[in-house]
Amino acid sequence: MEAMFYKTVAELVKTAEQRKCPISTIVLENQVENTELTLDELLKQMDKNWSVMVEAMERGLNEEVRSVSGLTGGDAKKLYQAHLSGSSPLSGGPVMETVARALAVAEVNAAMGRIVAAPTAGSCGVVPAVVYTVANLRGNSRSDIVKALFTAAGFGMIIAYNASISGAEGGCQAECGSASCMAAAAAVELAGGTPVQAAHAGAIALKNVLGLVCDPVAGLVEVPCIKRNAMAAANAMVAADLALSGIESRIPIDEVIGAMKEIGKSMPATLKETACGGLANTPTARLLERQLFEAYEE
Amino acid sequence: MTLDVFDIIGPIMIGPSSSHTAGAVRLGRLAQAVFGEIPEQVDIFLHGSFAKTYKGHGTDVALVAGLLGLDTDDAGIASALELAKVRGLTVSFIPADLGAVHPNTAKLVMRKQGRKREVLGSSIGGGNIVVTQIDEFTVDLRGDFYTIIATYLDRPGMVAKVSALLAKGRVNIAQMKVSRVDKGAQALMVVEIDNQVPDEIAEEIRGLEGIQSLLKIKPI
Repeated sequence: MEAMFYKTVAELVKTAEQRKCPISTIVLENQVENTELTLDELLKQMDKNWSVMVEAMERGLNEEVRSVSGLTGGDAKKLYQAHLSGSSPLSGGPVMETVARALAVAEVNAAMGRIVAAPTAGSCGVVPAVVYTVANLRGNSRSDIVKALFTAAGFGMIIAYNASISGAEGGCQAECGSASCMAAAAAVELAGGTPVQAAHAGAIALKNVLGLVCDPVAGLVEVPCIKRNAMAAANAMVAADLALSGIESRIPIDEVIGAMKEIGKSMPATLKETACGGLANTPTARLLERQLFEAYEE
Repeated sequence: MTLDVFDIIGPIMIGPSSSHTAGAVRLGRLAQAVFGEIPEQVDIFLHGSFAKTYKGHGTDVALVAGLLGLDTDDAGIASALELAKVRGLTVSFIPADLGAVHPNTAKLVMRKQGRKREVLGSSIGGGNIVVTQIDEFTVDLRGDFYTIIATYLDRPGMVAKVSALLAKGRVNIAQMKVSRVDKGAQALMVVEIDNQVPDEIAEEIRGLEGIQSLLKIKPI
């Protein structure tokens, strides 16, 4: 049986505006209606997810996490230390903090650490990094954070329903792009913006990454995935700031999601997680691939 | 299509990939359940994308973690190979061409004290899996349900007897597949059910004439 959930952001926002409540309230109530879980169980499960997200951020920032392949790792700590040691990041403190946290979670993922897929493992750094940093800046409670994750999930469900959250199906726009959209919407809610502003933030974030191809070097969730988590998190922060200042997306978010689906369909298979094209097909990527797989065959 | 919030924010898992890592853990767990215990030795044949990227994705480690019974979010997955040594499990990985199967497919040949069982399964996306072969039998086992697996001698009435006993135990059948090597030879029955088979019913099934073995598997 098909679950009856909100199929467009427009409906979700309209209901929240009518009820004069945040989007998270509507998503939560809708989940109580459509799952076997109570409100309390839903909040508890999401709270558990948040604990895992926080653990992953802390681990990535404090340890020099190395990936299984040895290709990546240690960048989150490097960036965080540089920021802590008093350098003035050109893009601003909160943005660099967010980026460091996104790198941290994505590095923990590549190192076979424990993460929460949000919406996927490959894009797991974006939502926690943005939510953590914004909540820290605005002094939100843990309960606000947990609720904001439902807003993020609500946007993700609508994307999954109308387009895709899989890189193999839609390119990286479907993974890091969806994550950035979800994070921007959650950020607006945490910062006290309206449901309409959350939708604009999501639209702006997603518009900016349309066409983002999925081209993992050697087929591994590392290059460029980890740094794309960082950029998608920064993208979400800027999108949230734009929306909070009253800037609107000229194209409504549901149409942006539709465009994402169309672009994903038009993308050749070489650019959708097959490691056949894009960055995965550069001379350096092919060299790294040979070195990695030769090492394994020894 | 059914979706809930935890399909989007979740699951909690060990990285880096839901199909290459989380799916591989589940495949290992299901193979172990089909074997009935942790084997002493396992040869793992890796096909397609599993064969090409298994080291980088930790697919090898994840399969072994599953064989040892670890869950998809167990922090011990990364050190599963060391854990295998401690638990007396010898593993070898063999990249192979397993024919016209899903790109993320593995064949696990498990052995213990002269007993041997082969399980062929694929990770089909988002952590979902399907086992398509057990020994020489074709099956369709996804690990989402309670399941019983019986080997028996192919003869008339066996399916009816087993389903009658399940009905007696108020166990509802979700899906059932029988498969045999030759008419009258050994056959395999895989029954996916909505609830656990009560122990006394399982014993009655074991006691049926012609039943050679019965395994009860929980959702993994």
